[in-house]
Amino acid sequence: MNYLILSLIKTAIVVVILMHTLAYLQWIERKVIAHVQLRVGPRRVGPHGLLQPLADVIKLITKEGMIPSHVNLVFYLLAPFIAVTFALITISVIPFGPVINVAGVRTGMELTDLNIGVLFVLAISGLGVYGVALAGWSSNNKYSLMGGLRSSAQMISYELPMALAIAAPLLIFNTLSFREIVVKQGFYYFGFWPNWGIFHSPFPQIVAFVVFMIAGFAETNRVPFDLPEAENELVAGFHTEYSSMKFAAFFMAEYANMVTVSCVATLLFLGGWQPPWPAQYGSIYVPTIVFLASAALCFYHAINPARPFDRITLPVFGVLFLIIAGVFLIPAAQPILLPLFWFGAKTGAILFVFIWVRATLPRFRYDQLMRFAWLFLFPLALLNLFVTSLAVALTTK
Amino acid sequence: MDTILFLILAVIAVGCGINVIFQKHPISSALSLVGVMGALAAMYLQLGGEFIAAAQIIVYAGAVMVLFVFVIMLLNAGKERRTSPRIWARWAGPPLLFLFVGAVAYVLESFLPPSGDVRFGGFDGGSAQAIGVRLFTQYLLPFEVTSILILIAIVGAIVLARKEID
Repeated sequence: MNYLILSLIKTAIVVVILMHTLAYLQWIERKVIAHVQLRVGPRRVGPHGLLQPLADVIKLITKEGMIPSHVNLVFYLLAPFIAVTFALITISVIPFGPVINVAGVRTGMELTDLNIGVLFVLAISGLGVYGVALAGWSSNNKYSLMGGLRSSAQMISYELPMALAIAAPLLIFNTLSFREIVVKQGFYYFGFWPNWGIFHSPFPQIVAFVVFMIAGFAETNRVPFDLPEAENELVAGFHTEYSSMKFAAFFMAEYANMVTVSCVATLLFLGGWQPPWPAQYGSIYVPTIVFLASAALCFYHAINPARPFDRITLPVFGVLFLIIAGVFLIPAAQPILLPLFWFGAKTGAILFVFIWVRATLPRFRYDQLMRFAWLFLFPLALLNLFVTSLAVALTTK
Repeated sequence: MDTILFLILAVIAVGCGINVIFQKHPISSALSLVGVMGALAAMYLQLGGEFIAAAQIIVYAGAVMVLFVFVIMLLNAGKERRTSPRIWARWAGPPLLFLFVGAVAYVLESFLPPSGDVRFGGFDGGSAQAIGVRLFTQYLLPFEVTSILILIAIVGAIVLARKEID
């Protein structure tokens, strides 16, 4: 019974945080793209548009859900459900931090530690394609069908280099459990250089990391691989006929997939929750310094406000950042908060790259996309796997 | 608990399997088959074969069936047309089918050696490591022969496709 209650509590925490991350990821994306393009982005709802996600959710829920008369109703309704379910399920095997003691209860910071965690993520993300393919087909619309077909072909093609890129670090770590993989990345070469997946002996997995990230972009249908919803050719691709919450479900699935890819990249290649340098060289003070700098920035802009409202809103955020900076100095909270900070920082950095690329790169043409996957990415991942297996075979006794 | 779970999964698997035959549209049939695969994977998991379960989902549900659905969508296959069977075929068919399947099952069962009771989670050779060791020692020849078979299939597919182009 204790196990059940513990699981429920952990599930509640993860669900609340994940849902807020998904909602605010969209706000961050709009803000970052706006600033890349020299605009200001959303700033009408709440200070600096911070309540925009809430407004969007209310708008999407209260909108009329139109169902076109020519659709295949069962699959039309099933498709967004499939897409969002398989996108959200994978988060259950992602460990966010080490095993901790809270109020006498010893538990790992994840929902479940499968000994086939990596395979589980691959399996579930492979099923996500059904949502997109069915949405395209059941809409009974040429544009949607083209989008669905493109998406299926693209996701099958890019799954291969992705799986091969994941296989190479697995050879080095010799386990399929995410927790053990991260624990094996917790040491330092020469006392300061982290042995994360991208630096790990005997063969650093930088190539695998790059291949995994490119394939991840394609798997999540993000720019520059967003062919399934290329608006200048396909209107909106597979979700042309969807409105209100059914449309929002596809949107949520895309962002959840982004979060999953970022988490897996962090766990396999960037050392999960391990800090980039040892605690004796001061890595435990990084969060405090970061939040102190944020607070200082807020106070500076409050003193020199660009807009009249900043005089009120920015000091509030400054004080909040000061409090967070203080919390990171409490010794009792450090074993819980520091791993979470590093995990969040690494995942957030990768998510930022996702957004950055979207604001920067144009879209591939479809034949370029396929040629790139089969003639460049796949051989590269295969070569990396061969070299890695050779290095592992030569170094293990 | 295990038995209840097994019964639920069995009902899902058999129900989806029957649905594969009775659905008129190929996409519906293909998706029912995905349901069968999923239920089978959950059963493997229940028995302790976690690697097989993951492989079942990745290979069959995630790759093979996606390709099936892809091809059905690409060819835009419509609903299947049923010829109306004769009246005696409609009434005598199902009982004869059950009789035939029962007879085959009985004959097979009498040939096979008697098996012990199933213990849920009792199989401990299901980890990735155990399967890898088995594949490269005890079952090395079947493993290699299978890979050559798949290679032949790939080469054959390319040869057939090239003929069409020329």
